[in-house]
Amino acid sequence: MTPLLQVNGIEKRYGARIGCTDVSFDLYPGEVMGIVGESGSGKSTLLNCLAGHLEPDAGQVVFDTRTGGPVDTVTMSEPERRMLGRTDWAFVHQHARDGLRMSVSAGGNIGERLMAVGDRHYGQIRDRAIDWLGRVEIDGARVDDRPTAFSGGMQQRLQIARNLVTGPRLVFMDEPTGGLDVSVQARLLDLLRGLVREMGLSAIIVTHDLAVVRLLADRLMVMKDGHVVESGLTDQVLDDPQHAYTQLLVSSVLQV
Amino acid sequence: MIELKDVSKSFTLHNQGSAVIPVMQGASLTVAPGECVALTGASGAGKSTLMRVIYGNYLAASGQVLVGGLDVVQAEPREILALRRETLGYVSQFLRVVPRVPTLDVVAEPLLAIGCDRQVALDKAAALLARLNIPERLWSLSPTTFSGGEQQRVNIARGFAHDYPAMLLDEPTASLDVQNRETVLSLIEEAKVRGAAIVGIFHDVGARDQVCDREINVSDFTPGVAA
Repeated sequence: MTPLLQVNGIEKRYGARIGCTDVSFDLYPGEVMGIVGESGSGKSTLLNCLAGHLEPDAGQVVFDTRTGGPVDTVTMSEPERRMLGRTDWAFVHQHARDGLRMSVSAGGNIGERLMAVGDRHYGQIRDRAIDWLGRVEIDGARVDDRPTAFSGGMQQRLQIARNLVTGPRLVFMDEPTGGLDVSVQARLLDLLRGLVREMGLSAIIVTHDLAVVRLLADRLMVMKDGHVVESGLTDQVLDDPQHAYTQLLVSSVLQV
Repeated sequence: MIELKDVSKSFTLHNQGSAVIPVMQGASLTVAPGECVALTGASGAGKSTLMRVIYGNYLAASGQVLVGGLDVVQAEPREILALRRETLGYVSQFLRVVPRVPTLDVVAEPLLAIGCDRQVALDKAAALLARLNIPERLWSLSPTTFSGGEQQRVNIARGFAHDYPAMLLDEPTASLDVQNRETVLSLIEEAKVRGAAIVGIFHDVGARDQVCDREINVSDFTPGVAA
């Protein structure tokens, strides 16, 4: 099986400071990988480098495209990368406002991505938007409301609907449940798990919440000061951490 | 089906003076299809540790852990995940689920994960829950609010939903009443008949004698105790 994403030696520096360095891994179709670490450990920098939002200083991000096979997305042209960002890739931001158009209706938010890949039939676009609102548990009657009229949890679910409507194969998520209260968080986790299984998505999830990765991620990468200090099967890394920092991280979780 | 060759395990506590605690050494065992092997030994002897090493939850320091031909110690995460999905089941003492998911879906999940038809999976889950005396009115609720014994039975139903060729059972009959204990023991018997290789921890001596073919005392693998 060809990995969906092959990452080789990614490095990003901010002047003399290291953002992240020497990151390599393979992600296979259907796999969900979590990246954990404290704030400033370079996990968001890494995610942005992988998703093409930041240009890495070194390394390759090779994606197995539908038509052309494995291609290095770091060196591909800007239009090609943008096309990828609208079709096979999706990015769920921590703050839904960063991923939504706040002045456009919920239906418009979902429809925009469909139109970007060539859908033109208004009725069909609207039907699919309503279908997706239902899947993320938002009442279809709210299709014409703007996201500003939605609660934080609903905005986040709308952002997920907008991202998944074009059937991407790889989803990047930056703290998808951060800032949501726990009951909403549980709903969202359940929803994401179902979508990952039904659609066979691969996902890379950055979070600092170890409970979230335990439930969502198959494998885990632990970062500290821009370096990957440990990686492996999620439950193995959490239950039998090998590195000093991971042990500290795991033992620091408050028990409820 | 399950074969351990000279497996050792130690824990290094980096944040507590880098203490190295060796917990297992020279562990070797073989379990054939259709066989149930009980792990015995005092509390703290390493029964659960050994089980977790087989499941890939703990990383063995050396040796080989072969399950259905795959060496769990060396395998890639995705290989272990595939193994757990298709070949190796584990009934732990604790139920760990996504909050809010109905019990019926929790039990059906292992079947859905291997691509089983949704209705077939739900029917099988319902049959198992009924057999384990979980009242039908609870099936649509999340098991997180259930009593300890009910959670234990949901966990067992989930563990037996898919016919795994290899199974690990961590005290499956603990905290169960007589009737449910019998049901669990007959589930284990049935699994043996269809050819599952089983490793179990049973504190319940009666249960152990009834379903297990052999006993392995894990104290033999404790460093410093065994010769």
